[in-house]
Amino acid sequence: MTGPALILERVNKSFGLNRVLVGVDLQVARHEVVCLIGASGSGKSTLLKCVNLVEPVDSGRIVVEGDEITAPNVDVNRVRRRIGIVFQAFNLFPHMDVLRNITLGPRQALRLSQSEAERRADELLDRFGLADKRAEFPDRLSGGQQQRVAIVRALAMQPEVMLLDEVTSALDPELVAEVLNVIRELASEGMTMLIATHEMGFARDIAHRVCFLDEGHIAEEGAPAQIFTEPQNPRTQRFLQRIIDAGRL
Amino acid sequence: MLGGRGVLVSTASTIVFFGALVLLVALSPGVQLVGERFFSLDDMVRSLQGTETSPSVLGAFWLNVRIFLVAEVVILVFALLIAVVRSIPGPVFFPFRLVAVGYVDFFRGVPLILLIYMIGFGVPGLGLQLFSNQSPVVYGTVALILVYSAYVAEVYRAGIDSVHESQVAAARSLGLTRWQALRFVVLPQAVRRVVPPLLNDFIGLQKDTALISVLGPIEAARSAFIYSAENFNYAPYIVASLLFVLVTIPLARFTDRLIARDRARRAATGGVR
Repeated sequence: MTGPALILERVNKSFGLNRVLVGVDLQVARHEVVCLIGASGSGKSTLLKCVNLVEPVDSGRIVVEGDEITAPNVDVNRVRRRIGIVFQAFNLFPHMDVLRNITLGPRQALRLSQSEAERRADELLDRFGLADKRAEFPDRLSGGQQQRVAIVRALAMQPEVMLLDEVTSALDPELVAEVLNVIRELASEGMTMLIATHEMGFARDIAHRVCFLDEGHIAEEGAPAQIFTEPQNPRTQRFLQRIIDAGRL
Repeated sequence: MLGGRGVLVSTASTIVFFGALVLLVALSPGVQLVGERFFSLDDMVRSLQGTETSPSVLGAFWLNVRIFLVAEVVILVFALLIAVVRSIPGPVFFPFRLVAVGYVDFFRGVPLILLIYMIGFGVPGLGLQLFSNQSPVVYGTVALILVYSAYVAEVYRAGIDSVHESQVAAARSLGLTRWQALRFVVLPQAVRRVVPPLLNDFIGLQKDTALISVLGPIEAARSAFIYSAENFNYAPYIVASLLFVLVTIPLARFTDRLIARDRARRAATGGVR
């Protein structure tokens, strides 16, 4: 099957009177990495939550690999199994060790056997340098390790698309790199990713395309080189200027 | 924690406080009589062992323990069911939630002793084949279960509500159903958090088993009453009270330890969970 991995068409979403997403159109090709940038409250997180059906859209369509997931009577659980999401605050299950955190989804949602789920988890833990943490509980891990486990937990479902929601925002600065490296590795393996981020340097490095969100719609999009060096939209210019002034680009 | 001076002060204040208390009792005009009626060692021992005409308080207390153990197990399961029903979202389940809310409201409000009377005398009066020929112990235990389940359901619910919704979001994002998220992610964390208040309710349950005595079964309070009525001596009440205290104290200390452990754990993780 060809065509984009992810399509958003005229997606609208409001919380009460607050219009968070206003007619968002976005396509993500297979193996593409798209970064969403923009000020806090511009709708980046909400957009990701809508794609994962954590938040229902008010109108518009979202299509994942040819299946419209916003159609009525769609099995949300099946949709979510195909889309991995990683949160800003990790959201690991504190009462389970690392291995069980990772195998819970595959075992309960995919109905894998325990040995199969564990084999899959160990493979991923190994790959991301977390093999020695498999029996640890989340509160014994650093923030960076917790976030890497959260990424592995999402990967264990073998998703077609990964959504990353500000995954480094809750981390101490010295822990950011280890998480970004994991994401770089995923990108190099061709994982389709939609990433909301404040890390402009990272977005410039990794993204095939950058979308600047402003007041709920995509004000400007393009290759990172273009967005970061010669933004066209005055709002993009102002946003990036503020970032530069803050010494973050 | 306490310095040398602190120890001195606390010792002195303890002596003064309890000294005053003892003095107050010792100087009261009826101290002689109360001492004989309530604290006669001979009557204590005799009531504890039992006589030809009155049953042993200790033996009767065994019935309280059995009632407690049975009721506790049933309450743990039944209350969890009520709390879960009350937590199911969705308009379809509105009537179920309504029943759960109504249950808790009613049984938390009705005085236990009145419910024991209502069930103990009402259900036999119904003349139903299976339900109406049970022993008073069964009726009393059912009343205990009904009332305490309402309390414990609220404790569970507080625990369920205390699990942050981001935990549910994380579980659902993995494709788990609402039930799976509840079962594997929410409930295990909720139950762990409410163990101390849960044990607290069970301390209450343990001593409230004595209320069943109003239906006539010979448990500790009733057997103490029998001895007391025959010998005009209240020492068995002291004996029965001490028995209850003796079994609740270990439970209370255990609860304290769990709370302390929980606090230490939370401190160690800096409260970030």
